[in-house]
Parts: sequence; structure tokens; C-alpha cells
Amino acid sequence: MALTNKKFTGPGPDQVYKDHLKNNNFSLPKCLDCGEFHFFPRVVCPHCGGFNLTWEKLSGLGEVYSTTTIRRKAERGGDNNVSLITLAEGPRLMSRVEGVEAQALSIGDTVQVLINNDSDEPFVLFTPVSEV
Amino acid sequence: MAHELRGSSAIVGVGLAGCGEAIGRSPLDILTEATHNALDDAGLKLSDIDGLFTGSSYHFMPTLSTAEYLGIKPKFSDGSMVGGSSFVAHTLNAAMAIKNGLCEVALICYGSNQRTAGGKLATMSEQQTYEVPYKPRYPISSYALAAARHMHQYGTTREQMADVAVAARQWAQLNPEAFARDDLSRSDVLNSRMISDPISLLDCCLVTDGGGAVIMVSSERAKDFPNKPVYLLGTGTAHWHRQITQMPDLTVTAAADSGKRAFEMAGLTKNDVDVVELYDAFTINTILFLEDLGFCAKGEGGAFVANGNIAPGGSLPVNTNGGGLSCVHPGMYGIFILIEAIRQLRGGCGDRQINGAEVALVHGNGGVLSSQVTTLLGTEGVL
Repeated sequence: MALTNKKFTGPGPDQVYKDHLKNNNFSLPKCLDCGEFHFFPRVVCPHCGGFNLTWEKLSGLGEVYSTTTIRRKAERGGDNNVSLITLAEGPRLMSRVEGVEAQALSIGDTVQVLINNDSDEPFVLFTPVSEV
Repeated sequence: MAHELRGSSAIVGVGLAGCGEAIGRSPLDILTEATHNALDDAGLKLSDIDGLFTGSSYHFMPTLSTAEYLGIKPKFSDGSMVGGSSFVAHTLNAAMAIKNGLCEVALICYGSNQRTAGGKLATMSEQQTYEVPYKPRYPISSYALAAARHMHQYGTTREQMADVAVAARQWAQLNPEAFARDDLSRSDVLNSRMISDPISLLDCCLVTDGGGAVIMVSSERAKDFPNKPVYLLGTGTAHWHRQITQMPDLTVTAAADSGKRAFEMAGLTKNDVDVVELYDAFTINTILFLEDLGFCAKGEGGAFVANGNIAPGGSLPVNTNGGGLSCVHPGMYGIFILIEAIRQLRGGCGDRQINGAEVALVHGNGGVLSSQVTTLLGTEGVL
């Protein structure tokens, strides 16, 4: 019995993540045992091994942890920003910061999530939060 | 008490093949030439090989394809795949297999035709689901993100990174076998085409063809071979992530663990190391690994590599063959750092020879700063 007492039911974590995004809801799994969020979504908490997970909506705020501009010719889509964003809730993910000249983006800048729902495979982008 | 694997096995043969351009050769053609060169070097014949250690971006079951092509029937095989660091990691697995009597003559080998096959990095890697929408260039963008973070956190400069490439080129100019030997200045690197900020074209390794092979036996047998044996003193492995988003701190690699483990097994410290061969797929690698292996403090790698300190005549000889940046880099580079370290310890490297070298550190990298493997090799004098 001990071999199967951890039971995962319902859709898998990737499906849940994307279903939330399709409803314009940026949520990640949070561990009820250790209180930590994680990304990418998994069936157990990578911080403590706990499987008592819940999905919680995020503030959508983050900070640019690192950033690079992939140089491309205009006919191939032009320069492309790729950034690592550390979310206010802790996890880090890869994304693209839009609405700013790639060269003007700096590590440490505050950014806000923007959900791209244009396809069946939704994903998150970010935009800068302007200094007040 | 010394670790039971310390000095238990030794390398008695090395071979290279097809380094640079090997037109019309397949990866296994090149691997096989390298293997036969290593057998000649050791004075062994093909049928003596009973242990096979290999990795490949071309063959899903690399030990099966390799043994079939070579015409051997190994009794122990290991195709552990940790990217370019695989062949450095294989030294540990080969030492364990030899120590436990699972095989007597271990072959560690690799071959690739990456350059003449079109320059694209061959890969059987799964796509990283949560990275695909952002179109990063694999693997360059991941290394660029690490470099950008290191610059932000520690004030490391593009000039310092350029000096890594310049030092590598100066070593290559002392190595007649190196692929890129033209003069190279700091401004050449700084002015080369930007690929993924802050990494420019000349911050990136070469794309060449090439193959290498290493033959290991027990230390008891090692003295019966024509070449001076080079002993495996310690190997440490570590990995903390697979994709760059999961790397806890982009300025600290798992080399901090693999190095510690290798030094502990070898019973040595950084002060014992005479020559260093690091996996320099990008200039930032050399800076990160020198820090994480303890040759300088975290954050001081940029200053450490600057102004010729790791070039010929500097305080620490690093990447004496010219490195992946200027000597050879066919997709996965790990076998070539092993071979250069072995040749330095044997002596006879000509103008680039580090006189009296007795201990060499080899450090392999795989994935996107993901797998880190450190090996310490030594001459009989340090056993």
C-alpha cells in the first residue's frame, strides 16, 4: 500500500498552469508545508518534498534578475530580449520584457506581468513598471 | 586516510583525430581514428579494450553504436550523458569499474563532425517547455545571462572577458595543432559582432570537428606501457540545475562542489596545481570556474584573468592547448581538456609545455553551466 499512497488526481501541473493563464490568471503552486512557491510547476514541492500544494494567484510583480539581447537582423524579427525575472513571491522564470528598448532595460528593474493568450499555448510576458 | 580510488588507475594512452576539419568523416569515423591513435600510443590492440565509456549528441545509445563500429565486445559500458562534461565524469566511472574488476582496459572516447556537417550544434535534447516561447539561443543566451549578472554584481567587464579569449589565443599560438592561431587583440574581441549581450562572436568557442580517446588501466598495470603513466587522483561531480531559470545564483556554479570533492579525493589543494584545463565554451566560463574552484575569490575572476595573468608567462597557466576558444571545440569539449592535461603531465608539449608539471586540474562543464565535473591528474611523483 505504501507504494502508492501518494495520489495525484486531476489535471497535471502544466495543464493547470496554462488553464489559469487562459483565464488571465497568473498562478503558481504554493506548498502548504513550507510556504514556498515554485516554478516550473511540479507535482511535489522542490524545496521540501511536500505534496500538499495549492495554487495561488501571484501579484504579477517581479524584478529583472538578468537580461540579454539576442541580436537578429530586422528581416528575421529584429533584436529579441530574453530576461530572467525573479517574481515578488520568490520563483524565477524566463520571459521577455516588452514596451522598452532592449538596451534600456537594466538588471534590477521592476516589471509587471502581461499574459499572452493569443494561442493555445499561453505564456507570460512582462512590461516595465515606470518609476513614479 | 586516502580515498581508495586515489591513484588506483592511470591513463596510458591518448589519441586525437580530425581536429579542425575532417571533411567527409562521420562522428564515429573520427572517434574510431582517435581510438586507434590512442591504442598505438599505449601499445595495445583493439581486442584489449573491455570497458567502453562514451557520450554522443548523434547516437541515442552511444555505447552500442560505438562498440559496433569499433568492433569490440566490452564487458562493461557506460554512456552517462552530462553534456560536454561527460568524458571528464567518465574518468570516475572508469576508475570504479577498474577498481572493482569489471573491466581492465577502459576506453573513454568521443568524435564529432560539427563543423563540416554544417556548424549546427547536434542535440537530442528535449525542448525546455517554459523557455521556448521566448526564443533564447541555445546555449549562448544562458551563458549571456550569467555573464550579464556577473558584470552587474561584481563589476566584471567585457574587457576582462576579452582577455580570456586573448590568453587562449596566445596559448594556441604556441600549439601547432590549434585551429585558430592568428593574432588576436582585446579590441578584436570587443569589436566582434554581438551575438547575445554581453557575449560577442569572439567570446564564443570555435566550431570544429574532432575526436579524442583516452585509455585507462589499473595502476598496477600502468608501468608496463611505453608512456609515463598519468594517475587519476580524484574526480568530483556536481549538478544543481538543468535549465538556466533553475540555477540558484547565476554567478555561482556547481564547480564549487565538484572542485571540493575532487580536491578531497586527491588530498590536494589549489596550491598543488601546476596547470589548469577548463571548459571554456564562452569567456565567462573561465572566470566563473577559476572563482568556484578557489583560484581566486568570488567576484574577483575578472581581475584575475586580466592583463595576461592566465596567458603564457602569467601566474597560472590556464587552457594551454588554446582552449575551446582557439584550439578545438566539436560540440562537446571534455575529452580534449583531459588529453591536454595528460600531455602536459607526460611532458613534451613543445613551446607550450609547463616545465615540471606534476599536477593538472581538468574541469568539465555540461549543459548551460549545469553539470560540473572536476578531475585531478598527477605524475608518479605525487602518488
